[in-house]
Amino acid sequence: MNAPLLQRHAPQLLAERIPLEGTGAIDVERQRAVVAALKVFLPEHCVLWREEDTRPFECDGLTMYRQLPMIVALPETEDQVARIARVCFQMQVPIVPRGAGTGLSGGALPHGRGVLLSLTKFNRILKIDRLACTAVVQPGVRNLAISEAVSHLGLYYAPDPSSQIACTIGGNIAENSGGVHCLKYGLTLHNVLRVRGVTVEGEIIEVGSEAFDSPGLDLLSLVMGSEGMLLITTEATVKLLPKPICQQVVMASFDDVGKGGDAVAAVIAAGITPAGMEMMDRPAVAAVEPFVNAGYDLNAESILLVESDGTREEVDEEIAHIEAVLKTNGATRLEVSQSEAERHRFWAGRKAAFPAMGRISPDYYCMDGTIPRKRLGEVLKAIATMEVKYGLRCANVFHAGDGNLHPLIMFDCNNPDSVMRAERFGFEILELSIAVGGTVTGEHGVGVEKIHQMCQQFDPATLESFFAVKRAFDPPGLLNPGKVVPTLSRCAEYGKMHVHGGQLKFPELPRF
Amino acid sequence: MPAAANEFVRSLQERVRTAAATRTQLLIRAGGSKDFYGNAARALHDVLDPRPYCGVIDYEPTELVITARSGTPLSEVECSLAKHNQMLAFEPPHFGASATLGGSIASGLAGPRRMTTGPIRDFVLGATLLDGHANVLSFGGKVMKNVAGYDVSRSLAGSLGTLGVILDVSLKVVPRPATEQTMQFDLPEADAIERANQWAGQPLPISATAWLDGVLSVRLSGSNAGVRTAQARLGGTPVADPAALWIGLREQTHAFFQDTDDATLWRLSVLPTAPPLNLGASLIEWRGGQRWVWSNVSAAEVRSKVEAVGGHATAFRCRDRDNVFHPLAPTLAQIHRRLKNEFDPAHIFNPGRMYFDL
Repeated sequence: MNAPLLQRHAPQLLAERIPLEGTGAIDVERQRAVVAALKVFLPEHCVLWREEDTRPFECDGLTMYRQLPMIVALPETEDQVARIARVCFQMQVPIVPRGAGTGLSGGALPHGRGVLLSLTKFNRILKIDRLACTAVVQPGVRNLAISEAVSHLGLYYAPDPSSQIACTIGGNIAENSGGVHCLKYGLTLHNVLRVRGVTVEGEIIEVGSEAFDSPGLDLLSLVMGSEGMLLITTEATVKLLPKPICQQVVMASFDDVGKGGDAVAAVIAAGITPAGMEMMDRPAVAAVEPFVNAGYDLNAESILLVESDGTREEVDEEIAHIEAVLKTNGATRLEVSQSEAERHRFWAGRKAAFPAMGRISPDYYCMDGTIPRKRLGEVLKAIATMEVKYGLRCANVFHAGDGNLHPLIMFDCNNPDSVMRAERFGFEILELSIAVGGTVTGEHGVGVEKIHQMCQQFDPATLESFFAVKRAFDPPGLLNPGKVVPTLSRCAEYGKMHVHGGQLKFPELPRF
Repeated sequence: MPAAANEFVRSLQERVRTAAATRTQLLIRAGGSKDFYGNAARALHDVLDPRPYCGVIDYEPTELVITARSGTPLSEVECSLAKHNQMLAFEPPHFGASATLGGSIASGLAGPRRMTTGPIRDFVLGATLLDGHANVLSFGGKVMKNVAGYDVSRSLAGSLGTLGVILDVSLKVVPRPATEQTMQFDLPEADAIERANQWAGQPLPISATAWLDGVLSVRLSGSNAGVRTAQARLGGTPVADPAALWIGLREQTHAFFQDTDDATLWRLSVLPTAPPLNLGASLIEWRGGQRWVWSNVSAAEVRSKVEAVGGHATAFRCRDRDNVFHPLAPTLAQIHRRLKNEFDPAHIFNPGRMYFDL
């Protein structure tokens, strides 16, 4: 979902200059041997190896990077997953777990000498506990399907990544996915109680608990967002929340992006925790308004949407408070949704921001840095300078409540030079995010896409400790190898160093 | 980092290097307010006191983030936040005036509000850790959403110093509720558990529950309008001094915790909907998820009863502080050992505090 629609292979991408692990041609001998070992216990239709069958799995939502998997396995039971893991452990075959393949950072990019383990057949909701407000689900259950299944009980599952109609809970766990309601309701981490999975050795383990905590070290924190590198999720217990009785949204215009950012800070300072707080800059508004006719102010430099939820009385009180704060902080126009239809219309533009880019540009590249909110104005100005430098347009949508910025860089995949400029533009934004004290990824994950920027965000000792965590769960290093954590030799080759204390070492030097 | 703090970290690194080389065990201990918690310290050890490493490094109320050094008194952190009408969401127990921020994170204990706001790890955004290789590692960051690398900083919550010395911590903070009210209801144990769970599944601003001696107390926290309407809906009798009740439960100064006739105070973490366990005098918090029980029943019996309802038992206050934590499944125990060997290969930090082989 929402992926850059790159159709053509672009030869100048960084990953091709410093090759990723597991890229290249398939070893047919080895493929035959592993297929034979898997077919001992997997039915014919669960093992794919012919190119016409494996081709659809060659990439995830980050379509810039493609690699044919040696084998695709589609197990139907946990026991089959465990047996696949044991076979791969014995034969030293890498495993890349995959859900719906909607990830935006290449976390499910196949391994050319490995098995792509698709969990799409694990699509059942096993149990709904109304009193405990929990659901036990298989990893291939779609995010939105959980809320749909418990809606009649007045409950829902809170994290709502924009790909929620398609993405799976297993993938959400792998990426620690967010959404537009994170500020109040948290990320996947805050809404999943327990994960059951298969280790690289084919053992079943459970981390977390349906109780409020579990003994020992908090391994659930390590597993959340581990991008399929520590275990293969086969089941999870998620937390369900009572649906709010009432929701209302305020839409505010600002004549300056800095003022919009200050207004966001003022809402927080007033002690309000909105259910959602989203900002779009002028180029983003200009792109989406003709697409959805949401009634956005085309003259505004930025538009802010602030949602309140709760009981009727709570929402009335909070909306009045939000309006007052925005008014005193320079909002040039204020509108409050007066009906559910109007609320959906206000949100429609924000939710359609990514597809709307597809209408005005052949392709777009979605970035995912998180920055301290107070640096927003400065970061947006720097991005505007980069637009000139790289000769590409960029629209910005922003989870303003939690500082997660999604610049959408517009480019043309049929023009290799444009592709290369888009990548460099993106990398410069990531590096700027680190320099202002933020992170290269707020919710999309590192995958293969941002692996080189990890060299700058973390020092060598911390990177080594990530490998230590990996070894503790996966001693032979067979689960999704080569993703997320760069080796020090990769960092050396990339030639970028760790940014110390938010300061680039040589700020005067050009960064590309 | 000020020169003094910098210098202190360098001295700690030197101590860790020497301790690793000489296999000297280090007991990480600041104010000692949680000395009673976990397995008893081994006889031969040196004390590593992080209290000189203190002070709030960065606090911006509008970013909802505070960063402080681990030796900072917990009360100082809470005071800084209160000035801006903010607080730590998990309402950590102090267990004494000497409690520090680092000790609170390392013990991972949370108070009544944890029921709805979540555990400490949910609020840890980043941390620096001095590991057994004497490296200062920096995990996470100061922003709300960050999925770069494994979330080691969150896993330090409740790690009891087994992986290293926590140095700096960044926490997400939350606004204080505009108002709070506590209502009480006369209910027997089983009904109280069911009622608390039913209410928790409805859009009500409940921030804590506690059942003791046939009375269920329910704290409502939120906007004036929200608390007023919830109170009207639930009914019940208002409590005269709610602060005394909830602080007494959090700090275990409440009369329930004063029994000392050689019984063990168990902390049972179970499915919140589990029926009464009948193991002894009980105080039930977090809907039903956290149960305090004074009991003379054998550890084996307590543990098997609790396992049967999907939970685990900790001997929270007891005489022989040995094997106080619930045993781990073999596969999990193996991952724990491997993590320990990676972060602290010489096993110098708090050996045995959590499990005998960690």
